Amino acid sequence: MSVETMSIFSPELSARFDELVTRYPMKRSALIPMLLYAQDEVGYLSDAVIDEIARRIGITPLDVRNVATYYSMLRFKPAGKFNVQVCTNISCMLRGGYKIFDRFQERLGIGHKGVTADGLFSLEEVECIGACCWAPAIQVNYDFHDELTEEQVDAILEQYRSQNAGGR
Amino acid sequence: MPRLVSHPDEVKIVTSRFGKGAAKIDTYLELGGYASARKALAEGAEWIINEMKASGLRGRGGAGFPTGMKWSFVPKQSAKPKYVLVNGDESEPGTCKDHLIFLHDPHAVIEGTIIAGLAIGAKTGFIYLRGEYRYLIQIVERAVADAYERGFLGKNIFGSETEFQVIVQTGAGAYEVGEESALMESLEGKRGVPRIKPPFPAVVGLYGGPTVINNAETIATVPHVLAMGGAAYAAVGSERNGGTRLFGLSGHIERPGVYELPMGYSLRKMIYEVGGGVRGGRKLKAVVPGGSSTPVLLPEEIDIGMDFDQVGKAGSMLGSGGVVVIDDQTCMVEFALRTISFYQHESCGWCIPCREGTDWLKKSLTRFHAGFGTEKDIDNIQYLAENMMGRTFCPLGDAAAMPTLGFVKKFRKEFEDHLHGKPCPFAHHPEVVLV
Repeated sequence: MSVETMSIFSPELSARFDELVTRYPMKRSALIPMLLYAQDEVGYLSDAVIDEIARRIGITPLDVRNVATYYSMLRFKPAGKFNVQVCTNISCMLRGGYKIFDRFQERLGIGHKGVTADGLFSLEEVECIGACCWAPAIQVNYDFHDELTEEQVDAILEQYRSQNAGGR
Repeated sequence: MPRLVSHPDEVKIVTSRFGKGAAKIDTYLELGGYASARKALAEGAEWIINEMKASGLRGRGGAGFPTGMKWSFVPKQSAKPKYVLVNGDESEPGTCKDHLIFLHDPHAVIEGTIIAGLAIGAKTGFIYLRGEYRYLIQIVERAVADAYERGFLGKNIFGSETEFQVIVQTGAGAYEVGEESALMESLEGKRGVPRIKPPFPAVVGLYGGPTVINNAETIATVPHVLAMGGAAYAAVGSERNGGTRLFGLSGHIERPGVYELPMGYSLRKMIYEVGGGVRGGRKLKAVVPGGSSTPVLLPEEIDIGMDFDQVGKAGSMLGSGGVVVIDDQTCMVEFALRTISFYQHESCGWCIPCREGTDWLKKSLTRFHAGFGTEKDIDNIQYLAENMMGRTFCPLGDAAAMPTLGFVKKFRKEFEDHLHGKPCPFAHHPEVVLV
């Protein structure tokens, strides 16, 4: 049976990966993008995800793991549906990044790398996300929220709660 | 959407198309886009490199290496394919300029990549963006697809016999990958650990082929250099520092933002006029002039022109152009701790002085800031940092050590104020914990 028919990924992602491994002078260059895109779809790098990516690239699952553990965005257990990443690095810290982080901790009842019981939110204190001039800044999944105040924290959580209720 | 700012002292070259919808290829073309690539194709490699040398453009990633010279190091004949690699892994705390370039002017990056390819005889260019910049990656991918559709990329660019392909790559979270050799490792699907130099990338780079690696801002500047002429671009800046720079003002500044100012622009004016001064009319305590790895400057040290040479003479570095302004309510021990926590988190662990040095510095500073420091700790922190300098494959070790040395030397009194179980005089957030 071919890799494609055995895939644990959606047909769209599977097709994307088929193309991705042909794009570079060396197949292996597709590894990091594949890990991230797979995580976007599956939620985390499960054993099955790692096995299939290893097979598609033609390296061992151990080799994949060795690379994946290096990158801070890649994870090996599920995060919340909405992963709240609060930057507390210098530019954000000077403009209240820790207060924002504290407010999220308090509202969600979880700490760094925690996940809420309903699985809706997870929280992370992260390093510089490249929004220093619009600090303090956070990312929820890939969306940026700039120039935040503590007062906006509730509204942001509400925005994602209603997005979830809307089935999106 | 990040806010755009403006100031009359700005000289808008790289930012000239910001806010004008130039991510759309038609708008980019209306605004003069791809004319430089066409001209470069007609004039040839030697002309491009001569213009780049005349421009005085120096690498915007932080090291400030002359771009034209870097390109000229690539051997003309090579058994292995040559590559252009654009570094958009922007991760230096205080830096968010490439963010705006990818958002507002992605075609300038593509056009600059084509020109770099023509200059060194490469057929493939990679544009590597940090993984957190997903929305920007989508914008750049769209722009690349549009450029292919118009025939600006592909087997026969602009209807010529010349081939040039562009591949957009995502990272997945790693500051270290912004270092050029680690960047190549990452693009080859490996952990982002640095390679020993020599050989330099211009000789043995990506997939073993000669490779030119430039920061995204450098590359986005290239089409403008060719459009206005190298000499005219050089004339905008200061001596041996051609053109403009995207300075990111952040921290305790009244009007934070990314401003494009001529090289050599006064740091004092940048803070007090362009940025509107320290937030809330407070007193200035310190400035980090070029991203978190550059040694801190005191208020009496800001009467300097912001270019690579003048900031270097002042004992710091122009770095990435991220100017972080710090007011008098800030605890410098906490600031030093947050800075070193970052480097401890991001050290790839390959070189022992960096891996162990950043870890011990973080431990010492954590204990120190919590009020359990001893007199000897201050000297030990300095000793540790000094022994990291120049002892690693890549500059991350130096990047962690240099600011630490600056904090201890320039704010020793404040370190002493934390001694003998005294609580932090500023009573700010008591802990910095990042696992």
